[in-house]
Amino acid sequence: MIRWDVIEGNLPLIASKLLEHLALTAVAVGIGLAISALAAYFIRGRKRLVGPVTGTFSLLYTIPSLALLAFLVPVTHLSFLTAEIALVSCTLFILTRNILAGLAAVPTDALEAADAMGYGRFGRLWHVELPLALPLIMAGIRIATVTTLGLVMVTALIGFGGLGQVMLRGYNFRNDTLVLVGFVLTVALGLAADLGLGWLGRAVTPWSRARGT
Amino acid sequence: MARPGGHPLVAGTGDVMAVLTSTIAWFLDPAHWTGVDGVPSRTGEHVILSVLAVVIASAIALPAGLVVGHADRGERIATAVAGIGRAVPSYALLILFVPFFGLGFSSALPALVLLAIPPILVNTVTGIRDVDADTVEAGRGMGMTGREVLMDVEVPAALPVIIVGLRTSAVQVVATTTLAALVAGGGLGRYIVDGFARQQDDRIVAGAFLVAVLAIVTERFFTWIQRQLEGRPGTLRLDVPIAPSPFGGRVAD
Repeated sequence: MIRWDVIEGNLPLIASKLLEHLALTAVAVGIGLAISALAAYFIRGRKRLVGPVTGTFSLLYTIPSLALLAFLVPVTHLSFLTAEIALVSCTLFILTRNILAGLAAVPTDALEAADAMGYGRFGRLWHVELPLALPLIMAGIRIATVTTLGLVMVTALIGFGGLGQVMLRGYNFRNDTLVLVGFVLTVALGLAADLGLGWLGRAVTPWSRARGT
Repeated sequence: MARPGGHPLVAGTGDVMAVLTSTIAWFLDPAHWTGVDGVPSRTGEHVILSVLAVVIASAIALPAGLVVGHADRGERIATAVAGIGRAVPSYALLILFVPFFGLGFSSALPALVLLAIPPILVNTVTGIRDVDADTVEAGRGMGMTGREVLMDVEVPAALPVIIVGLRTSAVQVVATTTLAALVAGGGLGRYIVDGFARQQDDRIVAGAFLVAVLAIVTERFFTWIQRQLEGRPGTLRLDVPIAPSPFGGRVAD
């Protein structure tokens, strides 16, 4: 079923689509993280804002990605922007929720100690709260990245899609080898990101390992 | 500019008002409410395929999850299933199956069933395992058999978590059934895929609207059931794991 000559002949295509897949994901998670961090910063401690903002993000998360793309295409056309808006929309809920949960989990003792030591608002956030919230923030980044790697495939319908494009070509041209190559690489990418970011999460929070969590 | 079939071509104008007006006109056109390609028929296909997938997945994952959770063994396998399930995108699975099962329904159904299994399995195992150990002991102390403990003590206590698993599955399946149109399946995704192919913005947006409404209704429906069971208004969404390890002590916050 696998034809090695097909893989050899399509190596440049496969490599460039793999890179596109990684780039689409990295941009989406990066922008998603920036927006989520800002949103979390502004709404934390403001009870009246938390509900509407997380509710909106939750709604964007529930709307299927293909529908999100379809809403956008008439306005922003078959563009990189369309793909990224849809992808970023899906990361916002996961990231914002995990950042808020991470900050909420910081022990009051640590906050009081930081205040007593004379930390200002930003000093306390940067030197005390963020490090303590890091395990849950990293968990959010991990889930958002693996989710986005999968959603990127759907953007093949508007001409992007990375490995989704490889699979779509295989499907359109009845080329089973391309379908299989796209599938195997996609799953490998998802598992590698899951394990890699899990490892990174533990590496940047060595203190949490000492506690056995 | 008139198109064959009388549809206005709005694609590429970027005029939001024009797209909105033409979409409303699309919904008001009686021709879009009858026949195989009508809204009732496409919605029916979407719902039937989704329900079928969730029911079959439940028939597999619920008993398996109950046994694994009750026996407190084999959770490594359940974790592995969940991890791999997360890494396999629905789109990839759908296209992968076409060379094996053929176009349309015969590829879409197995793909959807496989996607629906991990959330139900993981939440069932976690829900049963996390039932208060003292409660289970009390049941045993009263002379209940293992089966009675499972059905009368553990399942009722774990039900809200199990329902969350069903909700995650159902919402995912409704979303992925949209993609079935890509492999010549039916359902509401037809409007989006055909709309893209024919460059009919009204059809694309109408399809997107119907799909979004169906996904939100599904999510709300299961949330409503879950709240009835918990007997209190909850505002937290439990279906998106807060930590990747499903057995890290809590399935979600």
